[in-house]
Amino acid sequence: MVQIKKLTLATVAGLFVANSVMATELTVYTAVEAEDLKRYAEEFNKAHPDIKINWVRDSTGIVTAKLLAEKNNPQADVIWGLAATSLLLMKSEGMLEPYAPKGVEKLDKKFVDKSTPPTWTGMDAWVASVCFNTVEGEKLGLKAPTSWKDLTKPEYKGHVIMPNPNSSGTGFLDVSSWLQMFGEEGGWEYMDALHENIARYTHSGSKPCKLAAAGEIPIGISFAFRGAKSKAEGAPLDIIVPEEGVGWDMEATAIVAGTPNMEAAKTLVDWTVTKEANVMYNTGYAVVAYPGVAKPVEFFPENLLEKMIDNDFEYAANNRKAILEEWQKRYDSKSEAKS
Amino acid sequence: MSVTTPDELPKGRPLALKLGRDDLMMRGFILVIALYLIITLAFPLYAMLSKAFSAFHFDLSQIELQVSDAEGNFDGTILSAAALNEKLGTIPEDEIATSSDGRLGLTPLFPDFSFRSPVLYKIRGTTDDTVYLVGSDRITGTEWREVDSNTFRRIVLRPVKSVGLSNFTTYFSTPSLFRSIENSLFISIISTIVTVSLAFGFAYALSRSCMRLKGVFRLIAMAPILVPSLLPGIALVYLFGNQGMLKEVMMGESIYGPYGIVMGSVFFTFPHAFIIITTALAISDARLYEAAVSLRASAWKTFWTVTIPGARYGLISAAFVVFNLVITDFGLPKVIGGQYNMLAVDIYKQVIGQQNFEMGAVVSVVLLMPAFIAFAVDRQVQKKQVALLSARSVVFEPKPDRKFDRICFAYCSLIAIFIVGILAVCQFAALVKFWPYDLSLSLKNYNFDVMDGGGWEAYGNSIKLGLLTAFFGTIVVFIGAYMVDKTRSFRTGRGLFQFLAMLPMAIPGMVLGLAYIFFFNDPANPLNFLYGSMAILVIVTITHFYTVSHLTAVTALKQMDGEFESVAASLKQPFYKLFARVTVPVCMPSILDIAIYLFVNAMTTVSAVVFLYSTDTALASIAVLNMDDAGDVAPAAAMGMMIFYTNAAARIIHLAVSKGILKRTQAWRRR
Repeated sequence: MVQIKKLTLATVAGLFVANSVMATELTVYTAVEAEDLKRYAEEFNKAHPDIKINWVRDSTGIVTAKLLAEKNNPQADVIWGLAATSLLLMKSEGMLEPYAPKGVEKLDKKFVDKSTPPTWTGMDAWVASVCFNTVEGEKLGLKAPTSWKDLTKPEYKGHVIMPNPNSSGTGFLDVSSWLQMFGEEGGWEYMDALHENIARYTHSGSKPCKLAAAGEIPIGISFAFRGAKSKAEGAPLDIIVPEEGVGWDMEATAIVAGTPNMEAAKTLVDWTVTKEANVMYNTGYAVVAYPGVAKPVEFFPENLLEKMIDNDFEYAANNRKAILEEWQKRYDSKSEAKS
Repeated sequence: MSVTTPDELPKGRPLALKLGRDDLMMRGFILVIALYLIITLAFPLYAMLSKAFSAFHFDLSQIELQVSDAEGNFDGTILSAAALNEKLGTIPEDEIATSSDGRLGLTPLFPDFSFRSPVLYKIRGTTDDTVYLVGSDRITGTEWREVDSNTFRRIVLRPVKSVGLSNFTTYFSTPSLFRSIENSLFISIISTIVTVSLAFGFAYALSRSCMRLKGVFRLIAMAPILVPSLLPGIALVYLFGNQGMLKEVMMGESIYGPYGIVMGSVFFTFPHAFIIITTALAISDARLYEAAVSLRASAWKTFWTVTIPGARYGLISAAFVVFNLVITDFGLPKVIGGQYNMLAVDIYKQVIGQQNFEMGAVVSVVLLMPAFIAFAVDRQVQKKQVALLSARSVVFEPKPDRKFDRICFAYCSLIAIFIVGILAVCQFAALVKFWPYDLSLSLKNYNFDVMDGGGWEAYGNSIKLGLLTAFFGTIVVFIGAYMVDKTRSFRTGRGLFQFLAMLPMAIPGMVLGLAYIFFFNDPANPLNFLYGSMAILVIVTITHFYTVSHLTAVTALKQMDGEFESVAASLKQPFYKLFARVTVPVCMPSILDIAIYLFVNAMTTVSAVVFLYSTDTALASIAVLNMDDAGDVAPAAAMGMMIFYTNAAARIIHLAVSKGILKRTQAWRRR
């Protein structure tokens, strides 16, 4: 019991100490991979040692849910690294502070919100891809698919896995890109056919590729970054960029309206659009907002950039609810494996 | 005027118990703890219910429009969007009802709309707080705004809030959501039948045979309680998945779905059923068996006429407990459910995946129903169970019977292999480098810090949560139980308290967690500061596991004679002295039981905390879920096994401490 008391005392004391050390602290919400966060904060503190970042990290869905739930009582100062589609949702709720970071004009226009001043700026793109396990593929006698349409061929029945767009941002960008590429009708027809081959829908967007890496299901619809990582770990994977084009979303940055630390928040957001920051994003992401910075990433498919579709984020954000409802109606109920 | 006759005594004040200082203090304590339960249980549930009825719809009457001719000249006619829709009916009722993030375009109101047409539109709100979006830009106010046709198609409305049943209508008209009720009931019933039968056999063998290694079997049977419910799911993937070690056994059927959920459910509910049935079998009266033997009843007949009826309340109780555990569990179907939707997972999908909090609340209300019914029936049954005990019962002592003992041993071994096998597979999975391509062993999966879920810090947090929950929870629960049990009169207050203390058992963890978001994350709530802290995790865990702890405390206290209080009172000793010097030491074994119960559950719970943890308070059990979700299945297994070892160690410490304390404080029990 004494031990426990000491422990509580120690934590309480620890909290006080932590609060009094730094001058400004920013609460930053993010969906960036856990392993990258430390690096991001370190790089930023090299330039601005007086601002401390307190990360609140979770998957895209959860961070989005959290921000929306806190709409009337925002806890975050800055959002650094959340899907642009999520930020659009927040923008239309009036939750973001419009601000043009210093040097924003140097960024690729595609990566900056069209309003003036912009409410968000993009960092890097995450791009859909197909992970194909060559070992299992050979065992099952499957040829590597080269296009989205290939995936609907009967030989792939039960060998394809993709994320559920209702719970995964990656899943949603796939669906919205198909609807944009093939048109509303064609898109749904395509998904009807694809659905016949899908083994199941996962909750998260990286899982299909990891399952493909582990040979559980030979073909996983996921994103390129994840595939490259698994391949680097030694998984027998081919990362395929379907020839019709691939959907993508970007990670973006914004200031939360009503933050009491506006100056520090602006300093941080100014820094996030600098060249140094973009070089830093490039470690994991082959496509970044600052033109001319990107170096090729190991195991990343080469033709990815030209295959990225001209994504209409506004369409995706404003039709999100309708698309998800339709998807659920079509595939969520009938897809159960009835025993 | 009343007339008093001399042979009648004058009417005095009605007789009432005089309240001493002690009584007032004890009532004060009851009120404080009752208040705690009201704030942490009743208010959040109310907040959730009101959320379920807060619906969203598009208010067309807020929008007014003007349309120009082909040259772009307006004639000044103002059209109300609502009136237009009434006339045309192009936006049906079920599209008007929506959820918080719905969007509605206005083009259906103009059947001849074309984005290429030169026609111009003017739009304005009718009130100052009307909001509509042009693309993603938010426009408010009543000013006319002129747009061309191509921009007009980008104008969408945001929903406004109202109160109504429309969420429920939507729920019951969405087959994929509605189907989950059927699925949840189906899985729960099957799992209940299987688990209760298996656990009955196991308990029967342990209490009615003379086989060896009973102690070992008992230990193994309890092991699943020490791991999160989703861990068996991970093991089943390794065993029966497409790359599974034993996938041939499945004969082409997929483990992802009902098979997996049922198998995993049997694993994690087995100990719960086993404990209850063992207790039920233990109170069977040996005299009945003697009677059966002397009446020359066959063993078979004795089994059906003596054993089963004797244990029937235990069986029913076990069935309801298992049913409740399965239907409210969320981790297991999430890991291995595949496309098979269940209610608890639906709540998660609605809230986390779609940020549709209202629909999450609706599914929660639906999930409350079966849980509540099971709970109510179980309470009735348990009341009867107590009445069955008789002071003259003789304890049944099994006699050796080689054949029977051997069958029992074989059966128990099978169950034990199943349980140990699941755990062993998890441990193996955690150590293999890259299943199935690189089977060399390594500790790389324990490098949690580079993975989603919170890393080793999450593990530390879990232990902290466990200790804090055990410490504060035991204090709150035991004091609450003491006050309720020993306070004189004050019927209403005690009744209310008893009801509040029993309620948590009927509330699924997911539902409680969601209710906490609604209640504590409301900026108007003065307790808002708790949101996102470790404190709220401690509070939700204590509340979630309140009932069993409370019952344990009450049982221990009931064994103490009320005379202690009378003696103390006559010696003019205040109750707190008695409490500290006598009650607590006497009840120490039960207090330690409560503490370990809370610790173990705080380590393994997923459902109660999944909506409430923050980055600073990530937990090990949540890390298992999130790592599996991200596809890092082996590290998830590794973390799950860390929880298992921690809980096992805690159990061993608990055992040692209990023994030591028993020696010191319970010497009086022995002669």
